[in-house]
Amino acid sequence: MCTLEKRGDLFLLTLTGDGEHRFHPDTIATILSLLDQAKSQSKRGSVLITTGHGKFFSNGFDLAWAQTAGSKTGAANRLHQMVESFKPVVAALLDLPMPTIAALNGHAAAAGLILALSHDYVFMRKDRGVLYMSEVDIGLSMPEYFSALVRAKIGTSAARRELLLSGKKIRGEEAVGLGIVDAAGYDSAESVVEATVRLGEKLAAKKWSGEVYASIRKSLYPELCGILGVEARVFATPKL
Amino acid sequence: MCTLEKRGDLFLLTLTGDDEHRFHPDTIASVLSLLQQAKSQSTKGSVLITTGHGKFFSNGFDLAWAQSAGSGAIERMHQMVKSFKTVIAALLDLPMPTIAALNGHAAASGLMFALSHDYVFMRKDRGVLYMSELDIGLPVPDYFSELVVAKVGSGIARRELLLSGKKLKGEEAVALGIVDSAAHDSAAGVVEETVNLGERLAAKKWNGEVYVSIRKSLYPELCRMLNLTGNNLASHNL
Repeated sequence: MCTLEKRGDLFLLTLTGDGEHRFHPDTIATILSLLDQAKSQSKRGSVLITTGHGKFFSNGFDLAWAQTAGSKTGAANRLHQMVESFKPVVAALLDLPMPTIAALNGHAAAAGLILALSHDYVFMRKDRGVLYMSEVDIGLSMPEYFSALVRAKIGTSAARRELLLSGKKIRGEEAVGLGIVDAAGYDSAESVVEATVRLGEKLAAKKWSGEVYASIRKSLYPELCGILGVEARVFATPKL
Repeated sequence: MCTLEKRGDLFLLTLTGDDEHRFHPDTIASVLSLLQQAKSQSTKGSVLITTGHGKFFSNGFDLAWAQSAGSGAIERMHQMVKSFKTVIAALLDLPMPTIAALNGHAAASGLMFALSHDYVFMRKDRGVLYMSELDIGLPVPDYFSELVVAKVGSGIARRELLLSGKKLKGEEAVALGIVDSAAHDSAAGVVEETVNLGERLAAKKWNGEVYVSIRKSLYPELCRMLNLTGNNLASHNL
């Protein structure tokens, strides 16, 4: 389902297997536990890189599981359960005391795209893979923290509209143009990962204090932190 | 330390001397007093241009002064962070357009000082923008982050500014939307361009009260944090 490896200073979180890496309550719990693990093992210079195997980074919540609840209310409850339990994953990423980089091997849709955007840096492929907020096409309303994250991370109203209100499947070059991702110059999943590893190693070499890094990061997103219940003010002892 | 001159409609605030123009409680008090002077002398068409001498616009707070207190260092840091807030508030509340002409490097609170102006011009050839806090291991005051969020729109640009430890040169700062222009290869060239802009703005003979109220309306969260109330209802020339 997902694994956490250590490569020097880098933590590598991988959504394994060839499926759509949809977020089911079990996946969500596993990711949360692995992020907790990275946090507890973090030290100066730690960096997280998140990636996946196959055609999908993640295609969002496990809607099929929601539908097998049998009734409309049952399905709505299950969806609500996933929305609520995924919130701590976004919070954990915002709170993680190290730089975070998403290396998109493939498509990122809905909650899968939110997972990607919860990272400090996002790299994707040029040749394959799209960003897609499917909610408007499926007829699902947007959880408040999804919109807050998009508002926090994406500056122009045109880009926010393209992401949330157009139903577009946004490819690499356009995503860079809209300021949604950092880079999409890569023609394979391996080269995306390689680029993120190079960036990760550059950031790791700075040997920053993770506490200070997380506190500065959270200070950029006060509204989002409020919605997620993430404590924004952390006081670190400076090396004056 | 710093001076205020009048040139026609333009107020010129200069951080003098060839040093790093670090913000020490005395500098902060001087800058604040000069801004208050400009405010009290302002008329329709007034414009403020802020610049410096030498290699630095400002390299931030006087950390050496803080460190010389030994165990009292943190207290001194807090003092500077708190009193500097009033300088940012005074700039946001100034009833005239404000332009920063960066002669050189602007780091940490020096960069915040620059960003508190309506327009920022820097050199193409020399001088960087640098938020040094991450490298030093200092947390960033809440009003610093709020200022960056208020003034810099793109999430990527905000991250490059606060979370990358990068020293941003003129061209990159323009591309990220942090500064307006970085076209000149000398401090004199930057100042000349800001004086030209200042004179064009002054010619509009805008009502300073109206200008400041519209400016503050762009940054409600920041104003709230700085204890600046919004509404100055001025008489309009309808």
